[in-house]
Amino acid sequence: MSGVRVLVGTRKGAFILTADGKRERWKVEGPLFAGWEIYHLKGSPVDTNRIYASQSTGWFGQLVQRSDDGGATWAPVGNEFAYEGVPGTHQWYDGTPHPWAFSRVWHLEPSLDDPDTVYAGVEDAALFRSSDGGATWQELAGLRQHGSGAQWQPGAGGMCLHTIVLDPSRPERMFIAISAAGVFRTDDGGATWHAMNRGLRSDGVLPDPEADVGHCVHRIALHPARPEVLYMQKHWDVMRSDDGGASWFEVSGNLPSDFGFPIEVHAHDPETVYVVPIKSDSEHYPPEGKLRVYRSRSGGHEWEPLTRGLPQENCYVNVLRDAMAVDRLDPCGVYFGTTGGQVYASADEGDGWTAIVRDLPAVLSVEVQTLP
Amino acid sequence: MSGGGRGPERAVPPSARNSETPGETSTVRIALPEHLRTLAQVDRELELDVHGPVTVMAVLDVLEREHPVLRGTILQHDTRRRRPFVRFFAVGRDLSHAPLEAELPEAVVSGLEPLVVIGAIAGG
Repeated sequence: MSGVRVLVGTRKGAFILTADGKRERWKVEGPLFAGWEIYHLKGSPVDTNRIYASQSTGWFGQLVQRSDDGGATWAPVGNEFAYEGVPGTHQWYDGTPHPWAFSRVWHLEPSLDDPDTVYAGVEDAALFRSSDGGATWQELAGLRQHGSGAQWQPGAGGMCLHTIVLDPSRPERMFIAISAAGVFRTDDGGATWHAMNRGLRSDGVLPDPEADVGHCVHRIALHPARPEVLYMQKHWDVMRSDDGGASWFEVSGNLPSDFGFPIEVHAHDPETVYVVPIKSDSEHYPPEGKLRVYRSRSGGHEWEPLTRGLPQENCYVNVLRDAMAVDRLDPCGVYFGTTGGQVYASADEGDGWTAIVRDLPAVLSVEVQTLP
Repeated sequence: MSGGGRGPERAVPPSARNSETPGETSTVRIALPEHLRTLAQVDRELELDVHGPVTVMAVLDVLEREHPVLRGTILQHDTRRRRPFVRFFAVGRDLSHAPLEAELPEAVVSGLEPLVVIGAIAGG
């Protein structure tokens, strides 16, 4: 029988949660890499035994771990992320030039067709690729050397490249998102990049609210069957693009707040989308103390709250940008983790939720592997 | 973790004074913090054979050669400087701000005392 493996990165280690296809009884393993911040773990879509993990601390820096046996054992691989050439400067919070400096890997995105190829989104914002299973990393410097690079400025969490979306229909096309620069797309495998932020508005944040770059994009997602449609949770606003990111329009609709971090698309329906509204950028918790996932069945605009099994009073946790994922079973399972250490699962497309675990360290990321 | 010794530097027997001759090899003890011991898959102090002058940099060069997983965790990859929240102690002294190329105290050179690497108390 098929099953799922949920990969959870937290402030103090990684956890692996497994269940069979019913997704009712869970086995919890961990902490792995105890005491380290695990910003992200993700498995190869073509080899479920291959998993990469980003491991870091402020004391001892960055490591990348790799498992070739589904998370049973791990080995450190390469951890040298050297910017190509003289890195130059980007803008600091006060607008002064600030030297580009590597601090951590936020996101690891394994290739869609080669387990040994994996992309890393790092802070300060840059994209790296390894084609030897993580042993060595090379910067795709065309992104950082985009003409606007010197104008990029960090968001509150640092100037991070936090989202990497691969287009399954066009191997040379990839989207990335940077806080607080925006979305960029390459159509030539990473050599050249174009800002893809038309239609985004950042009122009160940017001198020109519709500037080409400078938008605080929190996450983007697409459905592999319809990769020209992208969904975005921006700092404020939930957005959609129907033309591969060339233009965006708002689909926040009736959400109680259009601020939030994650956004995810149903595994089998490109029009079904999930977000977790958060009250505001200064109050990083759900509106009214009620933890609600909102689901749209219409690609945005119209949203329904999903509350069964989720705390509906006195809940003041956050759900971070990489902390939501879907499995590929039928019905589609949906998962998310909170800064309060809960990992919630729904085996029925979000209709009902149960907590797999409740007391982990703050959850930074959640990914799901659907096992054969 | 094995301590770095807070007392005065110990007397060193003449036979142990082997760093003064260029090219000689010293067996140096190094104590790592728990996270780095876990990475290196060691559960106690290490002994490293350091050729020539015994400096922090020379000791770390040998450490990284024998345990490549530690590259980038103590010294930064690009600058080869100490990571900000890493500290070096020996014979009860904080050597963190001394040049990495400065020769270590004789008690460390002779193996009587370890070079202690610690994660600074920071961040709550």
